[in-house]
Amino acid sequence: MTTVRIPPTLRPDAEGRREVAAAGTTVGEVLQDVADQFPALRARIFENGNIARFVNVYVGGEDIRTQDGLATPVAGDSTVILLPAMAGGGIAR
Amino acid sequence: MPASSVLDLVGNTPLVELQRLSPRPSVRLYAKLEGQNPSGSIKDRIAKAMVETAEARGELQPGRELLEPTSGNTGISLAMVARIKGYGLTCVMPANATPERRRLLELMGASIVESPADEGTNGAVQKALRMAQEEPRYFMPFQYANEANVRAHYDGTGGEIADQLDRVDIVVAGLGTGGTLMGAGSRLREAFPDVVVAAAEPLPGDPVIGLRSLEDGYVPPILDVGKLDRKLLVTNAESVAGVRALLEREAIFAGVSSGAVVHVAHKLAEELDEGVVVCVLADGGWKYLSAPFWAAEDVEEAMETSVWW
Repeated sequence: MTTVRIPPTLRPDAEGRREVAAAGTTVGEVLQDVADQFPALRARIFENGNIARFVNVYVGGEDIRTQDGLATPVAGDSTVILLPAMAGGGIAR
Repeated sequence: MPASSVLDLVGNTPLVELQRLSPRPSVRLYAKLEGQNPSGSIKDRIAKAMVETAEARGELQPGRELLEPTSGNTGISLAMVARIKGYGLTCVMPANATPERRRLLELMGASIVESPADEGTNGAVQKALRMAQEEPRYFMPFQYANEANVRAHYDGTGGEIADQLDRVDIVVAGLGTGGTLMGAGSRLREAFPDVVVAAAEPLPGDPVIGLRSLEDGYVPPILDVGKLDRKLLVTNAESVAGVRALLEREAIFAGVSSGAVVHVAHKLAEELDEGVVVCVLADGGWKYLSAPFWAAEDVEEAMETSVWW
């Protein structure tokens, strides 16, 4: 099983969990499994069959948008991280 | 020939080889020291470019006041440019910004407007956008959407690296607005078509992400993630380890984002048998001396409530 880390923003839709275990060989499969377990998450993670614009997804610490998107392979022991898109550039110190 | 003002000293920063940090002699690692800009960071490049581009286009006239959501390097750089050119500057920042940053901005002549602390970065952006809309005296360069930001790095940062080196296989910079990566990345891709453009991105702690909704999310308009080849998360602890490695191995005192850049550069350099890797180090470490992580037992815990770049 793959560990999927849920950001605070999405935890209310995942029964408050910080991490969810999910099955799949690609990011797409893993996230489908997460959405099957927590249906309220589906509309927040996905947008027209792709990852929602304000959600970033990482496998092995790398953004899937610079890899193969939802087809990015996921090894069984890897961690998938979900994060909301946030403004950077040194604003909030 | 002496410079006519500090604005003439922006850019043309030195490039230094990091021989002691390279994983193997056949991989040459270089650092572009952006902390050597006159106000101490890479943001001098974009502050000067955004203001001068607006002046040239007639969008900014004497008597107007600059407005920008920032408590970081961009504010300090804009304050420098505003002082020399005679504009006022107002910076919008979350109420919990450090007193040190406020003091420096105020000393440089900036006025401070606070946005709600619990709305963080995005709250400061939203408030500044509203203020600019309501009061026409404000001119907001807005680094997140200003093409002059990208252009400054295309012409400057990227152009200088292309002149300084005969070969670049990987270039690594911190991801904030995306300006450095978009501008320097596309300039270096023209010079070295196979270059890998890699972003180091902070992994924010839970308190920073907060409970805001996804609808408050923000992707800078100038950032096209499709133009990045790699985009890697770096933890706060890894960033600080990078800062310490730069100090211990190369005697370079750099800021937190530079530590993250070095962490990523080292990781990608290890994937190479031979080649050239360039790190863009955005600022020096001076502004972080009072930060809580230097002596912290748990670095992650000490850093999780702030955004560090």
